This record gives sequence, C-alpha cells and structure tokens, in this order.
Amino acid sequence: MRKITYGQAISEALHEEMVRDTSVIILGEDMGVMGSVFGLTKGFMKEFGEHRVIDTPISEAGFTGMAVGAAIRGLRPIVEIMYVDFTPICLDPIVNQAAKMRYMTGGQVKVPLVIRAPGGAGRRNAAQHSQSLETLFTHIPGLKVAVPATPYDAKGLLKTAIRDDDPVVFLEHKLLYAQKGEVPEEEYLLPFGKADIKRPGSDVTIIAYSRQVLFALAAAEELAMQGVDAEVIDLRTLVPLDWETIEASVKKTHKVVVVQEAVKRNGYAGEIAAQIMENAFDELDAPVKRVAGLNVVIPFSPGLEDYVYPQVNDIVAGVKTVVE
Amino acid sequence: MSIKKYGKKTALTFYREMYKIRLFELKAAELFMQGLMAGNIHTYAGQEAAAVGACQALKQSDFITSTHRGHGHCLAKGGKANIMMAELFGKSTGYCKGKGGSMHIVDVSLGILGANGIVGAGIPIATGSALASKIKGTDEVTLAFFGDGASNEGVFHEALNMASAWKLPCIYLCENNKYGVSVCIDRICNVEDIADRAKGYNIPGVVVEGNDAFAVFEAVKAAATRARKGEGPSLIECKTYRHRGHYEGDPQVYKSQEEIETWKQRDPIIRLRAEMLHENMSTAAEMDSVEAEIKAEIEAAVDFAKQSPYPAADQATTDVYTTDNERSVAR
Repeated sequence: MRKITYGQAISEALHEEMVRDTSVIILGEDMGVMGSVFGLTKGFMKEFGEHRVIDTPISEAGFTGMAVGAAIRGLRPIVEIMYVDFTPICLDPIVNQAAKMRYMTGGQVKVPLVIRAPGGAGRRNAAQHSQSLETLFTHIPGLKVAVPATPYDAKGLLKTAIRDDDPVVFLEHKLLYAQKGEVPEEEYLLPFGKADIKRPGSDVTIIAYSRQVLFALAAAEELAMQGVDAEVIDLRTLVPLDWETIEASVKKTHKVVVVQEAVKRNGYAGEIAAQIMENAFDELDAPVKRVAGLNVVIPFSPGLEDYVYPQVNDIVAGVKTVVE
Repeated sequence: MSIKKYGKKTALTFYREMYKIRLFELKAAELFMQGLMAGNIHTYAGQEAAAVGACQALKQSDFITSTHRGHGHCLAKGGKANIMMAELFGKSTGYCKGKGGSMHIVDVSLGILGANGIVGAGIPIATGSALASKIKGTDEVTLAFFGDGASNEGVFHEALNMASAWKLPCIYLCENNKYGVSVCIDRICNVEDIADRAKGYNIPGVVVEGNDAFAVFEAVKAAATRARKGEGPSLIECKTYRHRGHYEGDPQVYKSQEEIETWKQRDPIIRLRAEMLHENMSTAAEMDSVEAEIKAEIEAAVDFAKQSPYPAADQATTDVYTTDNERSVAR
C-alpha cells in the first residue's frame, strides 16, 4: 500500500470532502493564498474559490462564532485554529455556542462544525504554541473530540468528522504531520468511538492517543525484549469513548497504564483510570498507572521541553511499576 | 414626519405587535414574582419599537439573532406567545422543550437563530448566517440585535470588520438602553454615539430615535436594501430605555427617578397610540379592541403554559448530540 504523511492524509480528507459536498467550507488564518501554515490546503483556494476557502483576519473568536452561525444555516464549516493554544481566545463560540446549541434549543438545531487545531510539544515552540488541551473540550458536553495518531486514522476520522452533524474538535499533533503511514487510495471512513488495538499483547494494557501512541508502541517493543507483552490501545476519539475495547483488554491483562502528553492534573488519563476503577476494579491486579506530562508550563530549551512530557523510557518505567 | 403615509393597516400592525410584547413582558414579570417561573428573566418593556420596527422591515425569510433580553425580538419575528410562555415556565411544550428557558428561544423556521445568554455572542453568529447567505447565493439578510453593553465586546469589532471586508448582508442593530446591568454607558465609553464606530469599518452608521417604531423601520429597510444589493453591512443605533430592571426584582439603584420618569414620557407604545389618534388613523375604541384581543392572547398563552406538562426527567439526557447521543453522554 502507498505511504503518505499524516499532513497529506489530512489534506486529502479535506480535499475529498470539499469535492464531494459544496456545503463544506474552510476558514481560518492563512488557509487560502498560503495554503495553511502547515501546507495542508495548498491550491485549495484556486480550485474551490475564495468563497469556500476563506483567509480570515486574526480574529479567532469572530470567525469561529461565524462558523457556528454558518453551520446552523446548513453549511459544514471547517475552522482551523492555527495552534490549539489559541483556542482559549475563542472558547465562547466553541463551549457556549456550538456545544450547547442543540441541547438548549431542544434539539431544533444542528451544528455540523469541525474545529481543527494542531497541538502538542516537541517542536521548541515554547509555552504558547505547544500545549495539549484536549481536556478543555472533553469536559464540555456537546462536543466530540478526535485525537488521531496515524495518517490512516487521521484521514478516516476527519472525513467522518466533516460529515458528522455535531461539533467536532479535531486535534492534530504537529510532530505527526511528517510521519508516514499506509493510506489506501480508495475512499474509506472510520467511525468515532472505535478504538484501535495497535499492538495486541497479554501482560499489560497501554492506553494512549495522539503522538503518545507512537511512543507507546516503541515502549512496547522495548518491553518485549524484556519479556513483557504489552497491548497498545489507541483511543482515536475521546468523545465518544470506546469503553468496550478498554474493558476487554483490562479483562485480558489486568494491568493498565494510561499515557497522555498533556499535564497530568485533571487529564484524560485520570478519567480513563477512574472509569476502569469504577467499572472493572475487580479485574485489576495493580492500581492503574498514569504516565503524563508534568504539571508545568512547556519550556523552550530542548532539554527542558523533552523532560516535561512523556518519552518512551517514561512509559517503559511506568509499565514496570504495574507489572513488577 | 407624519406616520399617515404607512396607512392604517400597517400602523395597527405595529401597534398590535408592540402591545403584545409589552403585555407578554408585564405578564411574565408578574408570574415570575409569583414564583411560577424558575431562574431569572430579563424583560424588554420600553424597547418594543426597536424590535417591531426592525422585524417589520425584514422578510419572513430573513434571520435575526437575539440577546439575553430577547422576548421582544422573538415575538416581533413571529414567535408564538404561548410556546414562548411555556418555555419560560420550563414546560415540555416550549420552544426548547423546557431545556433553554427565557434566554434561549429559537425557531429557525421563523428565522430566529437564537436568543443568547452570552453578551455579544449573537453578533458573530449573525455574521456567519450572513456569510452562509452570501456563499449560497440567496438573498436573505441577517440582523443582529444587541445592546450597548455588547458593543464593547471584542467580537463586535471582529465581526463588523469581517462583514465590512466581505460585504456581508448583515445589519447590526444596537439597542442603546443606556445600561449594561447597572453601569451607564456614559461612564465606560468615551463616544456619544455607538453608531460612530461604523466609520472605523467604512460602513454606514446611523442613530435612530429608538422609541419611534417607524424611524427604526425606515433605517432597517434602508440597511436591508443595501445588504440585498451586495453593498454590505450597516450599523444602526436605537436610543431607547429599559423600563424595568436588568432582571426582575432589580431595585435599580443605579437609575435616578427623574430619568425613569423622563423616559416613561417617551414610552413607544403610548407615543404610537397618541400619534395614530392624533392623525385620525384609528379610534380609541378600535385601539382598545386591539388591546383586548392581545390581552386574550396573552391570557391564553399563560393558560397553555400552566397546563402544559414539565418534561420527563429522562429528557435531560437527550439532544446533547445529534448522532451517537447515548454513548457520548454515558462516558
């Protein structure tokens, strides 16, 4: 099968949906003439026109709010927030408008809106361009949250997100854009709420998402050499959550490590751990272990940055605490 | 200028709509103080000319966004008093099945894209609706109602800038009722007229006597014509006054009695009635009978609301998501 990058996969998903459905529009900073800062929409403006690929001013709250209005009116806007760190500038349209519109109107309104936002550390972009903010969004009922780790998942999930009638926060990891993976030529979609067992194993379950899936897989290889057979579950979407896959794995391995790049405090790993404790406590042979970022601001200096979010050896060490 | 040119039928329609809003609000306030409604309500009494003048200048197919003080806008755009009253009561027959309440009345089929509990939030939503019309190539305009308070939110600037840059068919109608909750606009703003800000976006900005429904009507009509011709947005500032507190029960310590009395002399409904009688466009008996009809409609709305059932508890978990609701709510 051909291999393309995560960035190309996202670009293909956007392109295919733009071709398929004229109600799909893209808006955000530098999306048009420049083709987005990560080059994902190169040539789109020329192909689809300025009315469907819109270069906005630097007005995140304004254009995200506009996207909510356009979505209520039946368009399917895809908004790019250039860095997830900028979403706090436009939390009102996401949290108070898009997320709540359907419920507070008694089901009258649909908000088919996708908010794409690159996040994550490791690019030496410092504190305001490096965060993992997924829990801001998983905490808000009404939003769906996707966190793909591979080109295949990114493409299939983004196409589903665009066709979904609910607002979806689609979190891409900047350090994954150049990662290559197998993506079929023919069209496919991936359902939300279906985790993927990226590596089957029997001794311990490592649950991860986004870039940490790759780290978890590397950790599993290292652990295999040490005689520990780890299963790696990629959640792919956090809302909806695929509890069945988690539960089946817990029943198999009885030991769980949950990994996230985001700071540990109030993270989604804690949510997963709590759900396992509440629903499968009797299956556990050890307390659920979290491997997560330190509760600090992302620093600039490379040595410092790499120290504050989980590396492969941190996952290996975390697994050892539950298997030994 | 005489209102005679609008004809009796139109003038009576304006009067009827304004009177309906006033009565709805006074009734809602009364019921609220009796403890029949939960939460809080923000009444629109005193500002009726703005909602009615504006909505009469729009087509049925046009859109509006509204505010936390939105009952008047929704009624003026065609909202049914009984379904609205039921929503204020939190009943399952309300516009939002009891899930939204006073600040979230929506009826997309009537072009009401939503009242809103967040000050200023309707402005970009209206602008996005206008963008949708432009992209679809349809000829609706969208009008955003908002107050003087919202004009100091950042999204006011962002939205007007984009609407102007892209010539979107949007009308920004600021109801300057002088107060954002308790704070007088004069104390927090160094321009006399909010409409002056239009210059900063290179769009028309006009100040209108907001208690004169026909003055509002003319301003909105001109803005809608301009918008439909593809010439872009307009900013209209209606100088008006809210008769009651920010919320029901607000002692209004921030207003002087003198100011309240002065504005009551400029009551938009008394004004229109007097004008119609003065111009011999109607008789007192005829206007009384219009008022009686409205009274009956509002009483029926209250009865409908009172008799309607509350939503069943299991409805609390529906409508969060359009697809995959159950699973997305469960975890």
